[in-house]
Order: sequence, then C-alpha cells, then structure tokens
Amino acid sequence: MGTDLNAIATQMRIDIIESLAAAGSGHPGGSLSCTDILAVLYFEKMNIDPRRPDWEDRDRLVLSKGHAAPALYAALAERGYFPREDLITLRKYGSHLQGHPNMGDTPGVDMSTGSLGQGLSAANGMALAGRLDGKDYYVYCIMGDGEIQEGQIWEAAMSASHYHLDHVIGFVDHNGLQIDGTNDEVMTVNPIGDKFAAFGWNVLSINGHDYEAISAAIDEAKACKGKPTVIVCETIKGKGVSFMENQVNWHGAAPNAEQAAVALAELRAQ
Amino acid sequence: MNSATREAYAAAVTELAATNPDIVVLDADLAAATKSGAFKKACPERFFDMGISEADMVGTAAGLATCGKIPFASSFSVFVTGRAFEQVRQSVAYADLNVKLVGSHAGPSCGEDGGTHQAVEDIAIMRSLPNMSVVVPADDVEAKAAIINAVDQLGPMYIRVARLASPTIHDADTYEFHFGKGEVLREGTDVTIIACGMMVPRAIDAGERLAAEGVSAEVINMHTIKPLDEDLVVSSAAKTGKVITIEEASIVGGLGTAVCEVLSEKCPTKVTRIGMPDIFGMSGAGGELLDIYGLTADHIIEAYHAM
Repeated sequence: MGTDLNAIATQMRIDIIESLAAAGSGHPGGSLSCTDILAVLYFEKMNIDPRRPDWEDRDRLVLSKGHAAPALYAALAERGYFPREDLITLRKYGSHLQGHPNMGDTPGVDMSTGSLGQGLSAANGMALAGRLDGKDYYVYCIMGDGEIQEGQIWEAAMSASHYHLDHVIGFVDHNGLQIDGTNDEVMTVNPIGDKFAAFGWNVLSINGHDYEAISAAIDEAKACKGKPTVIVCETIKGKGVSFMENQVNWHGAAPNAEQAAVALAELRAQ
Repeated sequence: MNSATREAYAAAVTELAATNPDIVVLDADLAAATKSGAFKKACPERFFDMGISEADMVGTAAGLATCGKIPFASSFSVFVTGRAFEQVRQSVAYADLNVKLVGSHAGPSCGEDGGTHQAVEDIAIMRSLPNMSVVVPADDVEAKAAIINAVDQLGPMYIRVARLASPTIHDADTYEFHFGKGEVLREGTDVTIIACGMMVPRAIDAGERLAAEGVSAEVINMHTIKPLDEDLVVSSAAKTGKVITIEEASIVGGLGTAVCEVLSEKCPTKVTRIGMPDIFGMSGAGGELLDIYGLTADHIIEAYHAM
C-alpha cells in the first residue's frame, strides 16, 4: 500500500480536534467516526489531483452528512488542497471553511451539503453526468445513520438503482448515535443493509475503522456492475478520543482548551 | 395565435438540445403535462424521469450541474418550488449551481385541479433566495426566448410557465429577450401598468382602453422579476406618478411587492397591486378563475380610476 493510513487518520483526528477547539463549536463525534473512511478514500482510492480541484475526470465525494465538515477539511488539507494552517479558521468569519461544506468556497469540496438527506441525489446527478460524457469516474457519498431518516435519501436510493448507477458508492457511517440519542431511541434505522438491498443496491457491511476492510469493500463495490453499492460501516462516534467515544453529547459540542489538550495528547500517543 | 408557454418551453429546450450537448431535462412524472415529454422523445438519453420525487429531482439536477450539464428540471410550479423548496435552497441556490427550474401550471389558470395545485406563492419564495433569478414569460415567443437565454445565463433560475394557452403578443421573427430588462410595450404619462406572464396581454388591453378614455398608460412587460429592472420602474413611476402591478400570483411577495420595494426606497409612488389577494385558489376553469379573482383588464381600469 505504501501509505501509512493510520498515521494519516491520526493526523486528521488531530486536525479535527484543533480546528473544532479553535472554532468553539462544531461536530466532533460524527467527524471522528468517518475519519478512517475519508482517509482511505482521499489517500488511497480516489483518483484526484489537488492541483486541479476542478479536473473533470476526477472522482467526486459528496459529504452528505455535511456536519462532518472538519473531517473533510482535514482530509483536503492533508492532501494538499489548501494549507493546514487554514484549518484553525474553521467557522470563523471570512474563512473559506464554512460550518458545513460549500463548494464555492473551498477547493476540493465537490458539493455543498449540510442540510441532511440531500447528498445522495447530487451524487447520482454526478454519476449520470459521467455516464453521459463517457467518463469512468466514481462518486462517493458519505451518509450518516441518523441522516437516512430523511425521505430524500430513499428517493435517491430508488433513483440510483433505477438508473443502474454502479459508479455511485455510498457509505453509511453507522455510529448508532444522533443528536437526541441513539438511533433506536430516536427513530429506528436498522436493518440498514436490508433497506438498501430492498431498493436494489449491492450491500456490503464492514468495520468502518478497518483500513483494509474499507479498501477491499471499495474494490468489491467497483467490481459490482449494474447497480449501486452501499457500504454500511460500523463505526464508533468520537473514535480515537477516549472520552468522546460513544458519547452522544459530543455530537455537536466542541472541546474546550483543556479537553482539547487531553484529546490531542491521546491522539499524539497513538 | 394562442399558445401555452409550457409548450414553448418544451419546444425550445428540444430545439436547443440539438446543438448543445450539455442540455439535460429532468421531470417528476409530469412530462406529459409540462410538455418535457417532447424532449424525451427527441433526446431520450438526456431525459431523466425521476418519478414522483421532486426533492430528488432537484438534487440530481444539482449534481448534473456540478459536472457542467445544463439541467432543466420541470414539474408543476407548486411542486418544483414548494415541495422541493429546501433542495432548491441548499443544493441549487446556496451552491450557486446552473440549474433551471421550470414550473408549469402556475397560478389560478391551472384551473380545475384546485388550490392544491395552483401555485400563488412561487414567485415570492423563489425571489427570496439569494443567487436565484426569476423569469415569467408573457407568451410563447418570449418563453422560447427566455429558455434560450437561460442556457446562456449562468446560475440558478426559476422560469414560470402556464398551463393555459394565451395570446401571442410578440413577433417571433423580431423579438429580442433582454434578461433583467423590462419591455415597454406602450409609452404613457398618466399611469404605469407593470405586468408579467399571461397578465401582459390584459395590461395591453387595459392600456388601449384607457387611451380611448384619454388616459395615457405606460405598459411594461416585466418578464424578469429578479433581478428587477429598477431603473425602468423608477423612471416610469417618476414620469407617471401612479403604478398598477398585475400578476397571476399572490400580491404577497411577487412582482407587485418587488415594485413596491424599489419605489418605496427610490421613488415613493402610489401603487395598486393586482393579483391573488392572499388567498388560495379553487377549482374552476382556468380562464374563468382569472375573471373571478380579478385578474382582468377591467380590474386594471377600475384600479386606475380608484387611485
């Protein structure tokens, strides 16, 4: 493989904590849970060129769970789309790093997201465009498990299947928690895989923190022709920072300086 | 000649697609009604029926636009602007993507389907979105020209078309559409009548009848409601001192409101707004409903005399 994904993901987690602490608000839990997926995509799988963020043949990524913006920004910065120093401007007035991703502001952001449920439709549109143009790029779409409570996700799931969009590869970051509690307390989403399968998708289920499993699942998704693939990733909300792991209260609260120091010390020891 | 602007939409987009490979059309199971079915027939590979899912249609159009496509997403105006409002807001307007929303069956002239289907608020809600432009063609000739313009005009746009056939007022051979510029159809000095959509022929009629009374009415076709031709509104109001607006939509937030916004700040002028008076419509024949809701030349003339 040649790339130390663990080191990259750990650095991304450090970036996430630092940027959120500097911002004083934001969403650490769901950023940390999808960090490993983004690390594999941006550092191993995606056919991209940071010097040409608008390259028309590039693979695309739609962060449908846009509140995980700090994780996306960390991946983009570490990949060289913009300077790492920009990360501490997150959520501040005048920054190109908006609270939720905006394609017009940030190099490398392929779609504006943040209002949940909308990203998969956009991903489908990108895949349809690629097919029309005879291009071979893939479109990755990262959804939250709470997010799939939005009806539009299922409209889009139907469309991706109807149009046989085998270049759409979805991920569900299944950390089991959302703002008001567990998925099961708020609104049951399980069985996630069965639901997508019933909509005509190829479904894979993996540990979303296992780099080799993520990588292998993407390969398997690409090998599946004629239908879209969703990779249901079992993840841990707040992964990598012990006091944030599986804690719903870290969904939308930034660490203060003291908490950030503890988190960063933990991450740097990993 | 009588023709519906929805027919012109479909004909124009189909014609343009022959030379512009980036044009794609999406519909939400209303291709027969919006007439986008004509495009489907001509360019099946570039037509996407998204089923009865307007939110997904708008989001998919946004994704296509990120890749350089010029998507026209059509449905009834009430659905494409209302049902999918938040998708329009987030995925199209906020993202500032080159998506053209075409809303047909707008206003009470939608007719028998009733108030559920007669969009009265679409102009107001689309106008309120940053980055979004709003165009309401007056006839088939202008609808075609507006679609041609939409292809050249980068950015989110809402184009409102009608179900009912209405009189053609423009010469297809000579008409030039100027985005963001009102069209002065009749010059006058006593009152300014500003209309859009199928109210324009009625405004022309009112202008002629007022002239017979010795009243000099200036009649303006304000096909682009956003960005509004503020200079024209202000200069005409300054000249006539009285303004009447008429639209086949709610008087809350639409053309009349846009005109009032400009005039109250730049040239305070007495304005009478004619439109749907903050009510939903009811079932009835489209043409009949326009009369019932006071969207006629008679009402323009009455409004003038009451000012």
